[in-house]
Amino acid sequence: MSASATSTAVRFQTVSRRFGAGEALVRAVDEVSFDIFDGEFFTMLGPSGSGKTTCLRMVAGFDQPTSGTIFLHGHDVSQLPPYERDVNTVFQDYALFPHMTVGENVGYGLMIKRVARAEREQRIKEALELVQLVGLDKRRPSQLSGGQRQRVALARALINRPRVLLLDEPLGALDLKLRQQVQVELKAIQRRLGITFVYVTHDQEEALTMSDRIAVFNRGRIEQIGPPEELYEQPATAFVAGFIGVSNLLSGEAAQAVSGSTHTITIRPEKISLSAPSIVPSANDAHISTRGRVADKIYLGMYSRYVVALDHGGELTVVEQNRGSGAPMPHPVFKPGDEVALTWSREHMREVL
Amino acid sequence: MLARLSNYLYRHPTVLLLMLLGPPLLYMLGFYVAPLAVLLVNSFYRLDDFTGQVVREVSLQQYATLLQGANLDIFGRTALMAFVVTLACVVLAFPLAYYIARHAGPRTKAALYLSVLLPLWSSYLVKVYAWKLLLSQEGIVNWVFEKLGLQGVLTALLAVPGIGGPSLSISNIGIFIAFVYTWLPYMILPMQAALERVPNSLLEASGDLGARPAETFRTVTLPLIIPGVVAGSIFTFSLTLGDFVIPAILGNSSFYIGQAVLTFQGSSGNVPLAAAFTVVPIVIMILYLIGAKRVGAFDAL
Amino acid sequence: MSKSLPILRAAAGMTLAFLFLPLVIILLYAFNTEEAAFTFPPPGLTLQWFGVALQRQDFWNAFGLSLRVAAIATAAALVLGTLAAAAVYRFNFFGKETISFLLLLPIALPGIVSGIALRASLGLADIPFSFWTIVIGHATFCVVTVYNNVLARFRRLSRSQIEASMDLGANGIQTFRYIILPELATALLAGGMLAFALSFDEIIVTTFTAGQEQTLPIWMFSQLTRPRQRPVTNVVAFLVILLTALPILWAHRLTQKSNES
Repeated sequence: MSASATSTAVRFQTVSRRFGAGEALVRAVDEVSFDIFDGEFFTMLGPSGSGKTTCLRMVAGFDQPTSGTIFLHGHDVSQLPPYERDVNTVFQDYALFPHMTVGENVGYGLMIKRVARAEREQRIKEALELVQLVGLDKRRPSQLSGGQRQRVALARALINRPRVLLLDEPLGALDLKLRQQVQVELKAIQRRLGITFVYVTHDQEEALTMSDRIAVFNRGRIEQIGPPEELYEQPATAFVAGFIGVSNLLSGEAAQAVSGSTHTITIRPEKISLSAPSIVPSANDAHISTRGRVADKIYLGMYSRYVVALDHGGELTVVEQNRGSGAPMPHPVFKPGDEVALTWSREHMREVL
Repeated sequence: MLARLSNYLYRHPTVLLLMLLGPPLLYMLGFYVAPLAVLLVNSFYRLDDFTGQVVREVSLQQYATLLQGANLDIFGRTALMAFVVTLACVVLAFPLAYYIARHAGPRTKAALYLSVLLPLWSSYLVKVYAWKLLLSQEGIVNWVFEKLGLQGVLTALLAVPGIGGPSLSISNIGIFIAFVYTWLPYMILPMQAALERVPNSLLEASGDLGARPAETFRTVTLPLIIPGVVAGSIFTFSLTLGDFVIPAILGNSSFYIGQAVLTFQGSSGNVPLAAAFTVVPIVIMILYLIGAKRVGAFDAL
Repeated sequence: MSKSLPILRAAAGMTLAFLFLPLVIILLYAFNTEEAAFTFPPPGLTLQWFGVALQRQDFWNAFGLSLRVAAIATAAALVLGTLAAAAVYRFNFFGKETISFLLLLPIALPGIVSGIALRASLGLADIPFSFWTIVIGHATFCVVTVYNNVLARFRRLSRSQIEASMDLGANGIQTFRYIILPELATALLAGGMLAFALSFDEIIVTTFTAGQEQTLPIWMFSQLTRPRQRPVTNVVAFLVILLTALPILWAHRLTQKSNES
């Protein structure tokens, strides 16, 4: 992916999609503007009903904005039907054609464009190789597993060499292990082909794994766009802080006690250190300390999650690796009811809106 | 060129709608609705006794004729038969429908389903004709009664006025049997479909909450299958109301609505009276359909 | 699927026997030796009446007429019924509920209603009875039959498949040809055969619109009221059962297969 002068693949310009009118007016997408660059893996993340799928469908052409414009590589596509846009979609339910074989499904787009049979067969072969489904071209979709069908849907879309590939929560129906495996494969394919991927999901872990940039949607608007690290470490709003990872929010008096102001602050659970109350690290400007009592502890194998009720109000979730008693710099194992001291670096604490 | 057409239709969905809906709608309006309107209008005309021609003056004379004793008899007879036939169909259909829906394995189910379809699609006249044979004095039913020594019962039954007659094949009982037989599949199929749609999990939940099988049936299954039963009853009722073949073949001189209509418009050319007669089953059925729609039968069709 | 009560099975079995008994008897009587073919048990079995039946000219005329009427009514029904189903499935339009109701009337209202309504209209417009008046009478309920079958199939179509087809570059007409039509094919065939069988068997509406012509059911009806050569009627009944049973079985297999996919 070229670092300089990346061109814009998709541009949303104050796009809105409204349903109904008057009292029943629903703003599925509310004056959204953003760019998606060529060759990037762009994810639209958010809860259901947040507008991310609607945006995807508008790029594909299955839905029209009520106001605003969508540009594909500089061209206004509002008037273009889906079959004239240089984008392809992988659907959530795969949408394979049941009366055609796998090969016919994959080659459908080429058949429509009247590509010669020899070239078509060759490209079908290559597409199936790309998704590791060699030899299955004569099967019917009903004879395949869920994971295999998903790959057919991917091959069917990619074979047309679209400039932008749209993926609508394609991994939802797969079990966890398979999902994680496919996530890695998808990312590899995207890197290899250099095509712009626009991905929709509600799974924040999935988004963090695969994306170059993420747009977090909430109620029809985008709360933040940025690379995964930026969203995680520097969430701009309370919603982003809560949707990606676990949010620890302190506001009002509780915030005052640790930060000196009543603005809402957030801090990631793994950035907090627990220690016995007697061993409080020396207070300085770089660190903040406070005290509390362990309300709950959940053991999760690799790490433990503590919920600590702070003395000055509020609650913080803390996550610590279970490094075991033989590890360097251990601390005592805390149980619910124990008093603890919590310390974190000031730069890890952020104000949010 | 097709591509241009396709694009045009994509941008102008209303045109597409007109292209799709236009021809069938025009056909229905022209060949069904318009004739119905003509029929209705005709029911307000009358037949001139001297010339035998239809007089195109609006009057309620035909409807007045409907209220005459003999005609009221016809309506009553037909409506009663429709009602009784529907009841009998519900009762007879139920065990088979229930068995197919809830107890038959997949192969048995397919076989049984087919064996309901086959009589359904066998020729209607053939079936009526078969009953004529079966019920005749030399036919199998009589033969069975004789062998069982129940000849007396049969004679007594045939002697009952109103439903009896000179022979089973010329009696209202015979008509009743033929009707039930012919319409039975129309009741079995929607009933079976409705029973199949009752999710097992509901019945299990009911049992889990303490209801005995009979209670579960009454409170859970029955309300859920009512739309299907009503859907089936639309057919049995409507088909009986208008039929003239079965009463003609298996009946005596007392008329049913269908025969009356046929006779009036045929030999005497009294279309207005026939029209007025027909309006009665139309009204009955429309009311029935409205009621059925409320119960949700339309989703079960 | 649980174990059934014996009484349930018995009742179901009796209903089934009730359904089949008359058909079996007819099949038996087709082979009866005697002319007064009402007696039971039949005195003997023979094939002679088959020969007689197949030589009757009026039978063949009626048979041919029924075939032609059914063929044309079904063809018209396939086109009009599919168009209507497509419109109702795809669009929400003003008066949609009324039109759906309208498309239910021809089979919900008794046949004599259609019959006498057509008769009255033909009389009003002074149109004589003919082959085409019979066809019109049949086509109406055939359209409704096909419409119901096709609409049910449309409703099982997955919308995302249609979107996928357009996404891959196919316009509306191409999508219809490659994706929608193949999925409708079984419904069209099943609906068409049902319509054909209904038309072939129809007597009520036909009586009002046929004039002097005789379709097969009308012929059979006239035979029943005049007992001339009753065994011939038996034979015809037998043949008709065979003729309608086979397409129905086939239509059923087709609908089952498409339900499974």
